[in-house]
Amino acid sequence: MSAITPSTEAIRARAVLLGRSRWGVAEIIFWVLAFACYWLFPTKLSLLSEIAILGLVALSVDLVLGYAGIVTLGQGAFFGIGAYAAGLAAKHGMGTSLWSDPVIGLFIGGGVAAVIGFATSFLVLRGSDMTRLMVTLGVALIVDEVVNQMKWLTGGSDGLQGVLPSAVLGIWEFDLFGRVAFVYSMVVLFVLFVIARALVKSPFGLSLQAIKGNMLRTRAIGMPVNARLVAVYTVAAFYAGVAGALAAQTTQFASPDYVAFHRSADAMLMLVFGGAGHLYGGLLGSIIFRTMQDVLGNITPQYWQFWLGVTLVALVLFVRGGILGLLGNMLAAWRRKGGAS
Amino acid sequence: MSPRILLESRDLVRRFGGIVATDHVTFSLPEGARHALIGPNGAGKTTFINLLSGVLTPTSGEIFLDGANVTNWSARKRAHAGLARTFQINQLFADLTPIETLMLTIAERENAGAAWWRPVGARTDFVDEAVALLAQLGISDIAHHRVGELAYGKQRLLEIAVALAQKPKVLLLDEPAAGVPEHEREQILDVVAALPKDVALILIEHDMHLVFRFAKSISVLVNGGLFVEGTPEQIANDPRVRQVYLGEEEVNV
Repeated sequence: MSAITPSTEAIRARAVLLGRSRWGVAEIIFWVLAFACYWLFPTKLSLLSEIAILGLVALSVDLVLGYAGIVTLGQGAFFGIGAYAAGLAAKHGMGTSLWSDPVIGLFIGGGVAAVIGFATSFLVLRGSDMTRLMVTLGVALIVDEVVNQMKWLTGGSDGLQGVLPSAVLGIWEFDLFGRVAFVYSMVVLFVLFVIARALVKSPFGLSLQAIKGNMLRTRAIGMPVNARLVAVYTVAAFYAGVAGALAAQTTQFASPDYVAFHRSADAMLMLVFGGAGHLYGGLLGSIIFRTMQDVLGNITPQYWQFWLGVTLVALVLFVRGGILGLLGNMLAAWRRKGGAS
Repeated sequence: MSPRILLESRDLVRRFGGIVATDHVTFSLPEGARHALIGPNGAGKTTFINLLSGVLTPTSGEIFLDGANVTNWSARKRAHAGLARTFQINQLFADLTPIETLMLTIAERENAGAAWWRPVGARTDFVDEAVALLAQLGISDIAHHRVGELAYGKQRLLEIAVALAQKPKVLLLDEPAAGVPEHEREQILDVVAALPKDVALILIEHDMHLVFRFAKSISVLVNGGLFVEGTPEQIANDPRVRQVYLGEEEVNV
């Protein structure tokens, strides 16, 4: 191109495109509040760690479903694989060797899940949404059964006992109040969130949204669609695996419940609750999901799922894009009102 | 010396069950071509374009792109080799903006589409190119609108912009003016007329204004087979063409 000095349109376009990756005020407030929970709810720290971990799983589902448009009911499998891999590493490290180092455990959990994710990603490249749903569900069921049957390794239905991770980075021992567990989970969530955020706002992330939007066109412009899908599926499996590793380390336990089908379903539910395709949807969803479970569970221990179901149906039927969609609509309405007066 | 042939099909056949949608089509497109492909509805024009662009695989026959046998190449590989197309029905990314759509296309062309560590827009050379392309097609004003909310005519122009962003050697335009309301039509005709001279073009079109304004050569496709080829004058005056094609529709040339 001959232009040496960019046109005003070009300058504006650069500003608009780059502006999308800038951190907004709402985002900063969100993270400050999230970390401030340490002081705001000192008695609820284990619940909050659990929310952070669930949020990480929902974030992983958002990468594949919200951005790349691959419907999945199998993310729970990667969560469970990560939990068992990190749990076994911690168990056999006996709290002394490098194997039981929690941070190394995260990479072990995430890494094993990523390998399985990569291997199974080729199964979701073809076919319709229904095929993908069934394939991911099938893989999850296989993993579930394998974990149950391999008693010598996993402890079968009794779960994996004796998971004793050493101190985080050799400094912070996990304590009974879950303080270290909370800070540790939050830091991991935040770091992985920042990476995911960079990823979805990059050309790679844009190409995922394009694949979701129109696969015929993406192929016509010469995009290697399959390579992109394999990549994002593997990354998401890593994320879910890290979440599993966190769960095993912070609860010092892994059980078949960690690979059970409801994990996958819950993760998708949280994402739909919060709103898919914005990264924050899964995090908000996990907060609401787990808080509802806690609060409603105290009021009506047996029927909390009933109210969860009612909320889900109402959200899906009446609000497009979950809680984030609702907030967006309210913000737009408020702006319109403000503009009129 | 005869001009370089950029796109060629030899004895191309495509069957759908018992129907022969493309019937032994042998065709060649030299550089700089302005070629129109016309024919009655169901003549197999879009099937032919789908075969050339790699959306469909031929039952038999061969396709050459700038000398290379691309018959077994994927659509993606052909795109990288310099073949671009537009679609009869818009195939765009409804949730992206035109500028994002072009950024994406340019990044793929330059093999930079997998970059995940820097934001879209960091490559200012891509931004400048995308902005220039939007200006060239006269759609700078909608650069940052959501594609799904654009007027149909604007979307048709974006279809062409996407194909141009690939910097193709050969461009296949599948009914660029189809479905565009009258007041937006002129802009599309102007854009098609002003396409880069070095790109070889195939145009499928029902709009005879566009065909005769634009084409230097015309092929008539009937029942999947190449019926006749010639200059616009020859085609317009060919009694056989009038019989099989022009007889079906009211056409004012």
